[in-house]
Amino acid sequence: MSALAPAHEALTILIADDSATDLLLLSTIVRRQGHQVLTAANGREAVEVFTRARPQLVLMDALMPVMDGFEAARWIKQLSGEALVPIIFLTSLTDSADLAECLDAGGDDFLAKPYNPLLLAAKINAMDRLRRLQATVLQQRDLIAKHNDYLLHEQRVAKAVFDKVAHSGCINAAPNIRYLQSPYALFNGDLLLAAYTPSGDMHVLLGDFTGHGLPAAVGAMPLAEVFYGMTAKGYGLTQILREMNAKLKRILPVDMFCCATLLCLSTDRRVVEVWNGGMPEGYVLEVTTGKRTPLASRHLPLGVLSAELFDDRTEVWPVALGDRVFLLSDGVLETADANDRLFGVERLQQVFDANREPDRLFDDIEQALVAFRGEARDDVSMVEITLRSGLATRATGPLYADSGQSCPRDWSVNFEFRAETLKRYNPLPYLLQLLLEIHGLRAQSGALYSVMAELYSNALEHGVLGLDSLLKRDAQGFAEYYRQRNERLAQLDSGYVRVQVQVVPNGAGGTMTLRIEDSGPGFDVEKVLAQPMDIDRLSGRGLGLVRQLSRDIRWSDGGRCVCVEFSWEALA
Amino acid sequence: MVDVHLDPDVLSGLQEVMEGEYPKLLETFLDDSQKRIEALRTARDDAKALGKIAHSFKGSSGNLGAVRLAQLCERLELESGEPTANLEALVDQIDHEFAVVKPLYESERQRFQV
Repeated sequence: MSALAPAHEALTILIADDSATDLLLLSTIVRRQGHQVLTAANGREAVEVFTRARPQLVLMDALMPVMDGFEAARWIKQLSGEALVPIIFLTSLTDSADLAECLDAGGDDFLAKPYNPLLLAAKINAMDRLRRLQATVLQQRDLIAKHNDYLLHEQRVAKAVFDKVAHSGCINAAPNIRYLQSPYALFNGDLLLAAYTPSGDMHVLLGDFTGHGLPAAVGAMPLAEVFYGMTAKGYGLTQILREMNAKLKRILPVDMFCCATLLCLSTDRRVVEVWNGGMPEGYVLEVTTGKRTPLASRHLPLGVLSAELFDDRTEVWPVALGDRVFLLSDGVLETADANDRLFGVERLQQVFDANREPDRLFDDIEQALVAFRGEARDDVSMVEITLRSGLATRATGPLYADSGQSCPRDWSVNFEFRAETLKRYNPLPYLLQLLLEIHGLRAQSGALYSVMAELYSNALEHGVLGLDSLLKRDAQGFAEYYRQRNERLAQLDSGYVRVQVQVVPNGAGGTMTLRIEDSGPGFDVEKVLAQPMDIDRLSGRGLGLVRQLSRDIRWSDGGRCVCVEFSWEALA
Repeated sequence: MVDVHLDPDVLSGLQEVMEGEYPKLLETFLDDSQKRIEALRTARDDAKALGKIAHSFKGSSGNLGAVRLAQLCERLELESGEPTANLEALVDQIDHEFAVVKPLYESERQRFQV
């Protein structure tokens, strides 16, 4: 008889009935169905047996002496906590109020007397299914909670490690940076980095990795390392971009990449150099005119193209003191309202137009987003950098642990960089590293780098490429200047820049002479030096800066050769 | 006949379910019922107590196929809530009915005892 066949797993079933006949009959039926049976003659006994033996299912007579089935059911339900212990009431009650009381007390089903073994087996099986379902749900809930705790823990650890890397820059220290980012932006794939270069320029990166959670955060670490390491060593945007792209291309899976805007803001040179691959348009906000120059995406994101196909061309824009560069993540533009409409560029422009107090721009944008969507999002990143004078901060460079005993004291070296090299290689970081071998010069590394960078770019741009610095007088000419620079550099097939470094000891100190020579036509040194500083800064050769920073500067060979000296005293 | 004392189908069903335990079930029922008959007699003047005993007796006699006995118990259970009912007469009828079925169960038990 199939109804008497054992259920797919034997259960321990408690039967509580004060009628010895019914108890014997029922326990025999249930035992024949393959279950283990515990019995109780009244409610109190039932609660006692339940507490002791924890049966999985209870068959409970409603009316019993000492303690009735209703009260016993309430106790058992309370004792079983979150687990489902089904209670089937055994009853010859027919009054619906009485039946309702069974349910109120926690009963899950009824079995009417006289007993029908088939029906009983079916009910036990049905209740067992429910019991298992509940147990599975509880188990999965606990598992999910456990996984979630684990995940949060991992994220906290990852964030702590990452913060150490990410905050090694100047994002929080620089007085001219304002930014808005969720503390867990890392796990939205948003990345914001900033650092000073050795010459006192500032590099800023706003990136957005595809995806969310840990996978999105994983790529951030090597990107930050490349950004900080190369910026501190004096690499330019193009080298840093190439390295970042190559690294991400190598380590990320194909469906992962990083949209990024990388910029170099130079107070000394009053320019911002920008590369945007896949990020929303940023803006240069001119303080005097209110004009907005968009910094549009011209490239594919980092980590997509191979090194051969990667395009590292940057755009350069003039900026004045007080001008602001504003970057944002797509979380701003893709904020959607209840009808799935996106916030979009136009609404952002309206906020810009309506903004009266530049310092409140972030608040205005946030308010607009909240008003549009009805609530704030946590994946909105914005950063704004203001060009301010007097920012003398430079990269401090790595800390050296050596005593200086083994540093080279009397030497010279000559380089000649020819056309094919000038096209694609920036020798400055290499030269800087070489010069920092000189213990006594490390304190001046910033000035040294600035001077070297200025003189090298003069030799390349005005000397070898023959570009006219007067072009840079206005914004239009400025763009033209950089267009011509790229064009001539690409076509370059002859010419050179020679660099000579000579170090001679002088007591405990010493002197370093840097000589840079180019293959260009030279220039009228007297005339250029006679120009006022301000004109020089925008359109000249940046020589004012060089003269400020170095003790001695001399030109020879009709302006084709320049020589500067740095000296140092004995170290304390 | 309207008044069935004992349902033979129920008994054969029980016999199938209980197998070797069948005589013991009958014996338990007889003991149990004897106690309930005595309890009914004792509680003659207590309508509420009568109702409870009748309810329980109804269940076990129903399970054992004592159709008429179960019907009488149900009547007693129902009428115990009515102030005008003649409960004593019903208790007597139950007493009488049990006296009728008792020997039937006893002979059934003996039939299966070795």
